[in-house]
Amino acid sequence: MNNDPFIKIENLNFAYGSGDEMSRPILKNINLTVEKGSFVAVLGHNGSGKSTLAKLLNMIESPVSGKITIAGMDITDPEMTEEMMIEIRRKIGMVFQDPDDQLVATIVEEDVAFGPENLGIEPKEIRRRVDEALKTVGMEQYATHAPHQLSGGQKQRIAIAGIIAMMPECIIFDESTAMLDPTGRKDVMDTILRLNKEHGITVMTITHNMEEAVYADRVIVINEGEIVLDGTPKEVFGNVEKLHSFGLDVPQVTELFYELNLSKCRLPSDVLTEKEGADVIARMVL
Amino acid sequence: MITDITLGQFFPGQSVIHRLDPRTKILGAIFYIVIVFLAKNVFSFLLLVAFTLFLVLLSRISPKVVLKGLKPLIIIIVFTAILNLFGKKGETPLISFWIINIYPEGIRYAIMIIIRVVCMLAGTSVILSYTTSPTAITEGIERLLSPLAVLHLPVHDFAMMMTIALRFIPTLIDETDKIMKAQTARGVDFSSGSLIRRAKALIPILIPLLFSAFRHAKDLSIAMECRCYRAGKGMTHMTTHRFGLRDYLSALVMCAFCAAVVLLNKYAPGFSL
Ligand SMILES: Nc1ncnc2c1ncn2[C@@H]1O[C@H](COP(=O)(O)OP(=O)(O)O)[C@@H](O)[C@H]1O
Ligand SMILES: [Mg+2]
Repeated sequence: MNNDPFIKIENLNFAYGSGDEMSRPILKNINLTVEKGSFVAVLGHNGSGKSTLAKLLNMIESPVSGKITIAGMDITDPEMTEEMMIEIRRKIGMVFQDPDDQLVATIVEEDVAFGPENLGIEPKEIRRRVDEALKTVGMEQYATHAPHQLSGGQKQRIAIAGIIAMMPECIIFDESTAMLDPTGRKDVMDTILRLNKEHGITVMTITHNMEEAVYADRVIVINEGEIVLDGTPKEVFGNVEKLHSFGLDVPQVTELFYELNLSKCRLPSDVLTEKEGADVIARMVL
Repeated sequence: MITDITLGQFFPGQSVIHRLDPRTKILGAIFYIVIVFLAKNVFSFLLLVAFTLFLVLLSRISPKVVLKGLKPLIIIIVFTAILNLFGKKGETPLISFWIINIYPEGIRYAIMIIIRVVCMLAGTSVILSYTTSPTAITEGIERLLSPLAVLHLPVHDFAMMMTIALRFIPTLIDETDKIMKAQTARGVDFSSGSLIRRAKALIPILIPLLFSAFRHAKDLSIAMECRCYRAGKGMTHMTTHRFGLRDYLSALVMCAFCAAVVLLNKYAPGFSL
C-alpha cells in the first residue's frame, strides 16, 4: 500500500455537456500519479482545465474515458455506490477560491462541524474534531464568532478547518489564496504547508501565484487540457520561454536572471527565491 | 451604511435559557406572545413587565443590549402609539383643540400598546433570538415539523434553506452595497427624481445582485457536495438537544405565568386598560 500512489489518473479525457457540446474536449489524455504525502502545485492559465481536473478527482464530474484510482479505489467504476462516493469525498477535501461560498452555518464552530455531521459521526467525536481542527488552523478563539465578522484569510482558514474535521488524506486547494490580501495569503499558505509537513496530508494547490508554487515538491503545468510540464519547481521554472508561451509567469527572481542572461550574463537559471538569488549575487560580487 | 444591519444577533452564553432545548424556546416564544396579548388590566400588565425583566435577568444578557435591540423599532412603536392616542374615541375628551380630541381611553391604549410591543420584543429576544444560535433554531424548527416528514414534505430541505438564507443575508447585503457604489460611479442616480424613476434606478442593482446570488448558489452547492452533504441522509448533529428537567420546569413556569395573567385579568379590582 505504501508505495502505491494516492492518486492515479490513466488516459483521462473529459468534456462538458453531451452530444454536440462534447466536441470541445477540456482535458485530453491526462496521465498523472500523485504520491501519498507529496505537495503538488498545478499551474495553467485561465480555462486550461485545472478546476475541472479537481472536480473529477472529487466525483463532482465524471470522465468521458479513462480511469482514476484514489487510494486503491477505482472511482470510474460504474458500480460505485453512494457510500463509496462519500468515502472518496471524505478522503479528498476541497478548498475553493471564495471563502463565502464554502461556509454554510452562521457560527464558526457549527460550520466546521458540517462535514463530520454529514458523515454521521457521533456528537462527542464531532466536538473533539471541531476543536482540534480550529486549533490546527489557529482559529480556536473565534469558535463562536459569525463568519461575516472575519477577514477573508480567517474565513478561508475556517473553510480549511471544515475540511480537516473530515480527516481527509488529501486536500485540493483551488486558487484558495487568490482573493486574499497579502497577510491572509501568508496565513493560509503557512497553514497549507503545516498540514503537509506536520500532518502528512497530501496537498494539491492550483495557483496563479508562482511564489507559492515554489514551496511544492512538484509542479505540473496544464495547457489547453494537456499536461505540458511536470517536474520539481527548479526543473519546471527553468523553462522560462515555454512558460511564457503558455501565458504563465515565473518567480520574479527567475525572470530577472533570465533577462540578465539574455543580456549576456551567465547566471544560473534555476534560482527561485529572493534568498537564493541574493546568495548567488553575493558570491559573485565578493 | 446598509452593512450596519446586524443579523445573527445570537450572544453565546451558558445561562439557563441558553441551555434549553430550542424546541422549548420556539414554543415558549410563541406562547409568550399569546400571553402578552392576553394581559388586560394594570395588574396583569405589571406582572407582564416583571416577568419580562425576570427573563432578561435569567438570560444574563445585558439589559443595555436588549434596549439597543429595541432602538431600530422605536419609530414603529411611537407611530402605533400615536395612532392609538388620536384614533381611540371615548366619551369625554381630555384635551380638545381644533379637530384633535384626545380621550383618556386613547392615552390608556397608547400606553398599553407601548408596553405590549416592548415586552413582546424584549421577551422573544431573550427567549429565542439572543440566546439560541440560528443553527439551533433551524434544528428546533426541523424537529418540531418532523411529523410532517411522514407526509413526504421536505422538512430537512426547508430547514437547510433557512440556515443558508440566514448565513447569506450579510454576504448579499455587502454585495448590494458594492453594486450600489459601482453603479453610482457609473452615474446611476438613486436619490433623486420621481418615484418611478427611482424605482427604475433599482434595476441596475437587482439584476447584478440576482446574478451574483445564482453564482453563490452554484458554488456553494458544489462546496456542500464536497463536504459530503447528501440532503440530510444519515446526518448527525454536534450539539443534540434533549428535553430535560429544565425544559419541563420552564413549561410549568410559562403555564403558571399564563394562569396568573388570566386570573389577574378576571379578579384584580378595576383599572382595566
Ligand atoms: N460547468 C461547465 N459547463 C461547461 N463548460 C465549463 C464548465 N465549467 C468550466 N467549463 C469550461 O471548461 C474550461 C476549463 O475550465 P476550468 O477547469 O474551470 O479552468 P481553470 O480552472 O483552469 O481556469 C473553460 O473553457 C470553461 O469555460
Ligand atoms: Mg479554476
